[in-house]
Amino acid sequence: MRNVLGPVVRRRESAILLALIVIMAVIGTVEPNFIAGSNLYLLSRQISFVAIVALGELFVILHGGIDLSVGSIMALAGMVAGYCMKAGIDPSLAVLLGTGAGLAMGVINGALISFARIAPFIVTLGMLSFASGVVLGLTKGWPITEIPPSFLPVAQGSLLGVPIPVWITLVLAAIAHVVLTYTAFGRRTYAMGGNEQATFLSGINVRRIKFVLYMISAGCASIAGIILVARFNSAQADTGKGWELDAIAAVVIGGASLSGGAGSVLGVLIGACIMGVIKNGLVLMRVSSYWQTAIIGVIIVLAVVLDRAKRRDAP
Amino acid sequence: MTEPLLAMTGITKSFPGVRALDDVAFAIGAGEIVGLLGENGAGKSTLVKILAGVHRADAGEIRYRGKRVSFASIPEAQAAGVTLIFQELNHCPNLSVLDNLFLGREIRRRGSPLLDYPAMRARANELLDHLGIHVDLDIDLRRLSVAVQQMIEIAKALLSDVKLLVMDEPTSSLSEKETERLFGVIRELKARGTAVIFISHKLGEVFAITERIVVLRDGRNAGEVDARTGTMPELITAMVGRELAASAPRRPTEPGPEILRVEGLSGPPHVEDVSFTLRKGEILGMAGLIGAGRTETARMLVGAGRRTRGRVLLDGKEVRIGSPRDALEHGIAYVPEDRKSQALILTMSVRENLTLAIHRLLLRFRIFLSRRKEVAITDEYIAALRIKISSRERRVSELSGGNQQKVVLAKWLATRPRILILDEPTRGIDVAVKAEVHRIISELAAQGVAILLISSELPEILALSDRVLVMDTGRVKRVLDNLGATQETIMSAALLASQTSESLS
Repeated sequence: MRNVLGPVVRRRESAILLALIVIMAVIGTVEPNFIAGSNLYLLSRQISFVAIVALGELFVILHGGIDLSVGSIMALAGMVAGYCMKAGIDPSLAVLLGTGAGLAMGVINGALISFARIAPFIVTLGMLSFASGVVLGLTKGWPITEIPPSFLPVAQGSLLGVPIPVWITLVLAAIAHVVLTYTAFGRRTYAMGGNEQATFLSGINVRRIKFVLYMISAGCASIAGIILVARFNSAQADTGKGWELDAIAAVVIGGASLSGGAGSVLGVLIGACIMGVIKNGLVLMRVSSYWQTAIIGVIIVLAVVLDRAKRRDAP
Repeated sequence: MTEPLLAMTGITKSFPGVRALDDVAFAIGAGEIVGLLGENGAGKSTLVKILAGVHRADAGEIRYRGKRVSFASIPEAQAAGVTLIFQELNHCPNLSVLDNLFLGREIRRRGSPLLDYPAMRARANELLDHLGIHVDLDIDLRRLSVAVQQMIEIAKALLSDVKLLVMDEPTSSLSEKETERLFGVIRELKARGTAVIFISHKLGEVFAITERIVVLRDGRNAGEVDARTGTMPELITAMVGRELAASAPRRPTEPGPEILRVEGLSGPPHVEDVSFTLRKGEILGMAGLIGAGRTETARMLVGAGRRTRGRVLLDGKEVRIGSPRDALEHGIAYVPEDRKSQALILTMSVRENLTLAIHRLLLRFRIFLSRRKEVAITDEYIAALRIKISSRERRVSELSGGNQQKVVLAKWLATRPRILILDEPTRGIDVAVKAEVHRIISELAAQGVAILLISSELPEILALSDRVLVMDTGRVKRVLDNLGATQETIMSAALLASQTSESLS
């Protein structure tokens, strides 16, 4: 049994998985509505959007960087896809165009960070502002509606009783896990986060890898932004606002180190679940939404403090 | 007999899974210089860290100046006159020399929180003049050479009223000339009645500066050697518990054909017009003082440093090397000087480190790493280099310095280089592993690998090299045949470089 689960449930993930189960048990006891099928259905769908963005963010954080622009890239990709659909372009092509627009922002991020060697924090902070400004400028703040009904099941449909966005998340997570664990690219990403200079001297093209990492982050954000268009039946200009913090929080709660080199896909999924479950529980318990953000803030810091303490015990 | 300045008895300390110290005794008197030696992991650092309040002993007694003490922290020890200079430098590279000197003991204007810069400046000038260090007080520390930084660190220790100074590997990054200067300072401290505990792997230096040498082995006292009457073999026997064959000079090999020719390599300000050749199976030693441009030359050669001019020819054909990746593709491997900051990924396992430079040999379906091949290659090198570890999945950060260095060597040997550049390959590792590394280097040369050996330890250069190239201030000063080279000829070439600026190659 250990051998089968060993590589999947490493010690670090098993601790946060336990935390998630405890949190769910507590909320379920206090508020039985939490475990109602309809609530879990909506909750899992809600979590999947953040999880997709967080998966992309994980790649960037693993190499020791950060991407603050994921939220506005979501909005941009969603707007482009929505606009194309409204203009009568086939939804599958519109999805590609929207993703392309988001990836273009990833190219700019990646080029400035890896070739112009500007700090990721600065570049992506600039992009956060730039991309959301472009969206607001083009839409003047109005949502894009008249999304074709054929596209809506992408977010609103289900398969085997599980929401489609959850399936999409699982597929992306599986791909991300394979890339990070079994490919040379993944190994090198971890290596860069551990020691970029040593990785460079080992004959590895660190700039190219960095460039690709920011593309991956932008790509995941774009996918999440486009699915949200189907979810709301419109492209909203303020989609993704503040999501970069939720995504980073999910990655960090999942055990990743902001200095790079440590973290996993499974951890990110659990981290996103912890965030989503707590938010949902607070809503069910009728805690004012103003207080919710304060509580989330405490949880983020608490998760990192506990992780630190645990690592000190077992070096 | 009067009580010594410091007497530690029965010191015992365990860390999870290891007994670091077991009933260790150590004493030192005022004005005495005592060497503390032992292989890596023998417990030297743990012992002095207990003294300075970093760790707390599980058992044992520390008597200092006639009183039983147990310092709880470094500042507390410092306040009592016990100062530790660590192996790794502890300072803020972004602050000026002056700010670093007074960090934590700033002089303030009377009755105010504001700093009294004129007073600090005057005190610093006085001290640095006294030590013979000439440096701009306002320059950022990071812009100084490691050697000067080290001297500043020592000066900082002297600013407080130090009665017992502990130096952990203070010369590991110093050249011989700078080491001499440091020894001058240590002798001066002795004259003032300060006791000095000197920890080093450089046995020659330990004999030169100390009066007696306390040896630890596996966390226990393993004898004491009188530095004036004792011999090197005696000391080594005490350290390793058996006799080691003295590292015999390598027997000269038949020089193979020339495979590398470097012409006019330049990259100001560190490297100016460096030319040399390297033959198959040859070991070319590269000697020089710290800052002579040896590391910069090597980095430029493998495309890791910016170069402005110069050609590199492999087998007579000019090649373009723009990155370490290009270098490896041409069969040139560079093993950097600082294993922790430049060679190892400390968060990763031995296996992941060892295979980092050879991913292209492990690919399946062009993108996946073959775990089977990884394991096979890792095990092969663990056996070949006799790396002592319980598992290939251990994190490299948990290994001893010697084993880490072997992993670093294995990582670049696995690329099967034709030309191997080794930058300080035995820095900070113990004598037994050092001898093994020397054997590995000789064997590689015998197999036909061309080796460029950068080292600040002249005995190492002399024992291994076929020819010795001496660099100074970015230029090649002389190339000596090892048959005629001695420590003295190399040092005079390096030191008197300005007079004999002829470069023979």
